[in-house]
Amino acid sequence: MSAVVTTLPSAAIQRPLRQTLAIYAKEAKYDFLGRLRLPVYSISTVMFPVMFYILFGLLLNRGHEVGGVNVAAYMIATYGTFGVMGASLFGFGVGVAMERGLGWLQVKRASPMPPFAYFAAKVVTCMAFSAIIVLLLMTLGMLFGGVHFGAAEALKLLATLVVGSVCFCAMGLAIGSFAGPNSAPAIVNLLYLPMSFASGLWIPIEMLPRFLQRVAPLLPPFHLGQLALGVVGAGRGANGQHWEALIGFALLCLGIARVGFQRDERTSG
Amino acid sequence: MIAEIDIAQSRPSKRRSGTVVARLTNVSKNYGEVRALRSVDLDVHAGEVVAVLGPNGAGKTTAVKLLLGLAAANWGRVSVFGGDPRNPENRMRTGAMLQVGRVPETLRVREHIDLFSSYYPSPLPLADALRAAGLQGLDKRPFGELSAGQKQRLLFALAICGNPDLLFLDEPTVGLDVEARRVLWDEIRRLVGRGKTVLLTTHYLQEADALADRIVVINQGAIIAEGTPSDIKAGTAGRQIRCGSSLPIAAICSIPGVLEVRSDRDAFVISACDAERVVRELLTRDPYVSGLEVTSAGLEEAFLALTQNNAQPEASRRIS
Repeated sequence: MSAVVTTLPSAAIQRPLRQTLAIYAKEAKYDFLGRLRLPVYSISTVMFPVMFYILFGLLLNRGHEVGGVNVAAYMIATYGTFGVMGASLFGFGVGVAMERGLGWLQVKRASPMPPFAYFAAKVVTCMAFSAIIVLLLMTLGMLFGGVHFGAAEALKLLATLVVGSVCFCAMGLAIGSFAGPNSAPAIVNLLYLPMSFASGLWIPIEMLPRFLQRVAPLLPPFHLGQLALGVVGAGRGANGQHWEALIGFALLCLGIARVGFQRDERTSG
Repeated sequence: MIAEIDIAQSRPSKRRSGTVVARLTNVSKNYGEVRALRSVDLDVHAGEVVAVLGPNGAGKTTAVKLLLGLAAANWGRVSVFGGDPRNPENRMRTGAMLQVGRVPETLRVREHIDLFSSYYPSPLPLADALRAAGLQGLDKRPFGELSAGQKQRLLFALAICGNPDLLFLDEPTVGLDVEARRVLWDEIRRLVGRGKTVLLTTHYLQEADALADRIVVINQGAIIAEGTPSDIKAGTAGRQIRCGSSLPIAAICSIPGVLEVRSDRDAFVISACDAERVVRELLTRDPYVSGLEVTSAGLEEAFLALTQNNAQPEASRRIS
């Protein structure tokens, strides 16, 4: 072979920081737009928690108190947790499983996209949907449930749930890194619904059977639920421990996801 | 039984002198028990079009994925622009069209192109990318509402929108009609005219012939022939002879240059690597030959010829 391998001079080896940031922004914008235009995601992730909240928080249990607070306020915390968990699990779990399983992720990986931009965009999208859900629940509660939140309290609840949702983004990523495109929605539902119930997100934890009350602290949604309830004045346990549980679980999920993506490289490439 | 393919003496392609921009050196890749690639050596030189030709499952896509850094080789070395294909600076000079089951369907054509263009340092203007892919007037349409051929063309647009120096096109014309295929071929030729380097995979001999400076034939994970299109066609028993004959089938089989004979209704179908010689011999031996037709063999016959030629596989015939 007469030809020699050389490194050709390349014009733009380093991407300026400004351009990198622009890519992150664009990636997030289009990920969000794509999701927003997908009714099966945008409508269902927002409508389920809102419907449940209207039914159980505003209509059926009117005037009751749970854990010493108005049920309408209590359930903003619990259905808020339920909502952000759904937005994150479906956004990440089903989204990544589809894009991974059907080849789109490979097109992105082959492109010069900064790899982390793909995941960052999805986190931003899920957080945006989480924020929409929490804001809707708070608005409904304040308008129709006699809930009184000060600005600080409302912001704190929003921030807690939106930041906490990242833990479920990690869980979704772990599912999406292993599940096939067709099985992912079923797997997500199989984990999402029982976990939500057993963590006291549908029915207050105080009313669950004793056995479930013991199991609940093993489940991450319980911890985010308690953090949110802490903001409205009905939380149990120390916040620090709840955050630790969520962070630990998120790290575990990221580890699982890493194994999943490495497996892809070996087996299907 | 048949004439040797003499690829070793084939003339080098006009572009072979260029720098190597992508190279597989003794690369093997296994997926579990499946040996997708076996000791493959492949060079792509600046400014040339290389077609990797082979049936489904031959290892074409695997070769592309290795060169794109999407999968790691079990053995051997993969280099692009002299380095790791995963280097961001290499990716900024590379475009790829892969076979994709599903693309986010709610984003519009222009949004997809806008996003991919933003990854590259000096992308094409949107209008140029749309025109090159034949998507003018469709820029506002969501991906999900495109026809199969238009979807394929969008994937092509995403591969070229960053104005890359090196393009990997994995079965670019699958699902395109004849007209759209021609348009894409023209576009690939235009890119090469502007100095781009292209590696494409295909299972159409005709496509490889129309576009490539060099064809690499791959089967069951190994390169079984490599050369200019005319070398390959000469070597691949390009043709099929169909005729009625009073000769017994065994007599036809014994004619030099005949690869395979089968009887089809009242005629014989003869695959031959040197059709003229076989026809001449046939007419001499049997004055009553009727309904003689000679057609170009399809890829199936070409492969039959090549694989039979390579009964002892090792690549003694490979150039270089």
